[in-house]
Parts: sequence; structure tokens; C-alpha cells
Amino acid sequence: MFWRMVRGTIFRQFSKMLMIAVTIALGASLATAMLNVMFDVGDKVNQELKTYGANITVLPKTSSLISDLYETEDGSDGAQDTGQYLKESELGKIKTIFWAYNIVDYAPYFNTNVTLAGKEVPLTGTWFSYTLDLPTGESVTSGINNMKTWWDVEGEWLTDAEEDTAMVGSTLAESAGIKVGDTISVEVAAGNRDFTVKAVFVSGDESDDAIYVPLAAAQALAGKEDAVSSIDVSALTTPDNDLARRAAKDPSSLSVKDMETWYCTAYVSSIAYQIEEVITDSVAKSVRQVSESEGAILDKTQLLMLLITILSLIGSALGISNLVTASVMERSKEIGLIKALGGKNGAISWLVLTEILLTALVGGVGGYFAGIGFAQIIGHTVFGSAISVKPMVIPMVAVMVFAVTMIGSIPSIRLLLRLRPAEVLHGR
Amino acid sequence: MNLLEVKNVSKIYGGLKALDDVSFDVKKGEWVAIMGPSGSGKSTIMNIIGGMDTASEGTVILDGTDITKVSDRALTNIRRDKIGLIFQQFHLINYLTAVENVMVAQYYHSMPDEDEALAALERVGLKERARHLPSQLSGGEQQRCCIARALINLPSLILADEPTGNLDEKNESIVLDIFKQLHNEGATLIVVTHDIEVAEQAQRTIVLEHGRLAKIVDNTAHKNENARSDFGDQSGLGAYGKPKRTS
Repeated sequence: MFWRMVRGTIFRQFSKMLMIAVTIALGASLATAMLNVMFDVGDKVNQELKTYGANITVLPKTSSLISDLYETEDGSDGAQDTGQYLKESELGKIKTIFWAYNIVDYAPYFNTNVTLAGKEVPLTGTWFSYTLDLPTGESVTSGINNMKTWWDVEGEWLTDAEEDTAMVGSTLAESAGIKVGDTISVEVAAGNRDFTVKAVFVSGDESDDAIYVPLAAAQALAGKEDAVSSIDVSALTTPDNDLARRAAKDPSSLSVKDMETWYCTAYVSSIAYQIEEVITDSVAKSVRQVSESEGAILDKTQLLMLLITILSLIGSALGISNLVTASVMERSKEIGLIKALGGKNGAISWLVLTEILLTALVGGVGGYFAGIGFAQIIGHTVFGSAISVKPMVIPMVAVMVFAVTMIGSIPSIRLLLRLRPAEVLHGR
Repeated sequence: MNLLEVKNVSKIYGGLKALDDVSFDVKKGEWVAIMGPSGSGKSTIMNIIGGMDTASEGTVILDGTDITKVSDRALTNIRRDKIGLIFQQFHLINYLTAVENVMVAQYYHSMPDEDEALAALERVGLKERARHLPSQLSGGEQQRCCIARALINLPSLILADEPTGNLDEKNESIVLDIFKQLHNEGATLIVVTHDIEVAEQAQRTIVLEHGRLAKIVDNTAHKNENARSDFGDQSGLGAYGKPKRTS
């Protein structure tokens, strides 16, 4: 009987129930779209920001201390001064940490000074697009080709195998009159070495004064095999929160539970910590500007999404409230009759709520799928790629739809409880 | 033995006294009519007896329970268990068939039983129309469906508010025959009406005027003509003559 009455109401008031379903669908679709985008936007913004370079720098312990003392961002000079280096042979271990799959790219640097046409200039050896065999048996290709995407390169990027080739910074190239195709001769204590200039680049930083060569060539010039001055790491990270900030200062201050949470979350500080664990005598630090930009952009974007979600849900609740109240007023005689026949307030409220919740279920399911569509439109319009559908959004949207429906139904239930059979049946 | 005792009941809406110190009683198995012109308080007393409204003053004792002193929840239970309501406007749920309308009363009372509901419809001569919606039934058929719904839970008291007010003479006669049959079976009936012919069928007629009890007429002690004379001369109903039919 109960379901006959529910069915009867839904079909009899089909247009009103359809309006309620559409209202709920609108709210649910916006909530679904915003939540999916919100949960995916972190990865999207991270990927966008990865084009602006590394977010973790790994230095030898001593040079890190010096760079801290002199407040320099680049510890390369310190590395030379202290004579302490990281080991190139350990670089593969970076891809074995807990968050290995979040390490998008990394590149080692070996910095030395050479004499070019009687003038001392910095020379940096690095990986350009180096394929490294990992201890796991896999191989990974990494280097500055992907990490320095903003470099304006005239000529060709180097390959790691061509050890007699070089890229020259634009400032140095201009002052020394070097062009693509020239051969330059650099002097070190051990003797001279010629390099063919395959590219001149504009980086916009101090690299414009330097010569870049394959890592092995730079190490050979300095006679420091396996030595690395620093490593730049580009990793997909989770924006910092209080826990991450506390951990970044001193991981040992965390409780065991906090430590586990922090270690198993892709905070830049926890990834840096794990890199330190695998690279001997190293200090891994986040590059503050990049990680802070990520955090700020993500925080603001997510706040905006959250506000839109909340506003859409409030709008839905108001719409539902009006529609359900109108429905109850329209059915006041029927409700009064049921009360006159001995129907209790609870039973009648449950009848009305069941009708509304069933309608909400239809609207919610429709809204969820519409929301996924909206999320894809947002993804393609804003980020140029699809938004991944997060299963965790389903229970969240279900809870929201339920809560909004119940809250929106409160005025109509109050009206229903106040209805007196004599008033509606006899106009008293 | 009294099934219903109405003692000094008053009902005040704002500053208006709809009922003023009304007292009467109804015995078990008795058929009582309540008459009076519009605004005399007929529907108000029916709502109070039926537990759909509360008295401002006085007591209403139904089957030993003072229904003016009980909670809303208890009043709902009394409506459900002891009272069968028949309305002038029928008040059938328009998206349910005739048999489903009867089953609604069962559902809120205990358990719906379609066979019982069909038997109740058969009793009022409506079994053939059991699967029809109210919109497919005539006024008389709708009223009979309403009566079947009122009877289904075997109430102690059947309260009918202008049960023939919307019916033609043929259907009025059918409904009155059903009431007679119920009365003969021992049902207690209170019929609110301003139709003298309907009131004449009852054993007693309680006449209200301006919210006050004007008189109680014992129809069994009068011949019909005398009773009609009593209503006409003393209740003021003579001015209304034969009541107007609203449909």
C-alpha cells in the first residue's frame, strides 16, 4: 500500500517531481563536476608547474650547510669549495623510493670552472636525455631536455653519448663571439679539450654565462669520475599543510602516527626526506618558490571550487524547499484525510520523504553523470585534458544530495506536521 | 449504555463562540442526527467528537475515554481505532482505485487486506467498480466508497458529515438504506445534516442553533409529520425548507 501511494504521488505529480529531480540534478551535477575537478586539479596544476622546472634540489650535506649560511639557493659553488660530491652511481636509487612514480624527471649537475679564451667561465656537465638502468631492472630516461622546457635553444639539444659537443649560454656566446657549429677549446689544469658548439641557449638565469656539456665530459675534465655537485628533481607533490610544514622543519618531532601519514603522502618534504634516505650524505630541499606557488594556486582553486559547490547545493536546497512545500500544500487535503484516518505524523512524513528521496535518487544519478560531463568540459577547456573520474566523489555526492534533500524538505515537513485534519477537510 | 458523552462543550475561534455549552449523549447502537442551519456549529461538534479538533471547554467522553484530555498521538489512535468518518466531499485519494482507497484506512489501522476491502465494497454495492479511480465513479459511488472506507476497521462510532449533501435523490436513498442496514446491525451512527428527510431516519435529532443546543427531538416518539413540525416550528429550519443540494 505504501509503495502504491508513493508511486501514485510520483506519477500524479509528475511535473512537480520532475522539477524537483531537475533541481537536484543541477546541484548534484555541479557538485560532481567541482569535486572531480577539485580532486584532479592538484595533478593538473602540478603538471602545469612542472614545466617551470624542478621542485627539489639535492646537495651534498656540506655544501647545503654553506648554502644555508650564505643564503644562496644554488649550492654548486659550495660543492666545489667543500670538495664533497654526490655519487652519480646512486642516482638510480631515486626511482626506488616510496614515491618513485611521482618523480617525473631529474638531472644531475657537475659544476667546474674552465678557461675559455683566457677567461674563467663556469662549465656544467649534466644529463640531457639519459637512459639509466635502475636496480629494479627497469630503465628510465631523464635529463634537462624535459626539465628546462623554457630554454630558448638555437641549434640542437645535446645527446649524452656525444661527449665532444657543448651548449653555450647566450651571454657567454655573445661576449666570446661563439656561434652554433664553432669549436671551442677549454683549458683545465690537466690540459685542453675541444667541444663542438651544437646550440646556443637563452635560459634567463646565470646559466646564460655557462657552458653545458654531457656529464661524463665534465667529470673527465675535472678528473672526478662519478661525482655530482647537485641534482634537480621534478616531482608531483601534494600541497603542503600544517603537518608537512612541521615535518619539513624536523621530521623527528612528529608522532609515529603523524610520521606515517606524512611519509605516505606525496608532500614535497616527504619526497625530499625519502631521497635523502637513498642518496648518501645528501640534503634534499624543496625549491620554495615552485612549491609555494603550487600550494597557493591549488588552495585558491580548490577554495573556489568548494564555494561553487556549496552555493550550488544551497541553491538546490532552496529550490527543493519551495517545490516540496508547494507539493505538500497541493496535497493538504490528502494529508489531512490520512491524519483523519489515523495516520501518524511520523508515517506521513516518511511517506512524503520517501517520495522526495526517490525523486532525489533519480535526480542525483542523472546529475552525477551530467556532472562528469561538465567536469570533462572544464578539463578540456581549462587544462586541455580529461579530468579523471574519482570514485570517492560518488559517496560524497550521495551524502550531499541526501543532506540537501532532507534540509530542503524541512519546511514542508514542518508544514505537514502543523496540518490539522479539521482545517483542511472542513476549512476550519 | 452511553458510547459518547458531550458535556458543556464550547469552542471559541478568536472571539467567536462556534459552540456554547453544548451537552448531549449517544447510546451504543443509537442513530443520532445533528441538525442546524449553516454556522450553527454542526461541523465543529463533529470535528470535536471525531478527534479532529479540540474543545475550548468541556469534556467529550468516547467509549470511556475523555478525548479532550489526551495527547495528539492518543487522539490519532482514537480516530484510527474507534471512529469511521464519512465526508460530504468524499475525500477519496484520486490516484488510488476504490479498493485502494478502502485499503488506505486498513494500512494506517493495521494491515491492508484486499479481500476484506473488496467485501466492504460489496456491502455497499460497489464491488464491480472496485478497480476504478474516483474520477471514474459517480458522486453516489464515491460516497459509497467513502462509507466502505469508514466501515473497514469496524469502528465504535460512524460519523457522517452531510453524507447526502452532494447526492441526487436516488443515491441519497441508497446511502440511507446502507445507514439503516448498519444501524440494524448495531452500529452507532451520528449523521450531521440539514436535510430533514435524512434526520428523520435517526432515532434522535440534536438541533443546534448559533452554537447552542436548541433541542433534542426523539424521532421514535413522534410520527414523521410531528417531527417535521417540531423542526420547522422550533428549530428555525422551516425558513430553509428542503435543504439546497450543492450538486
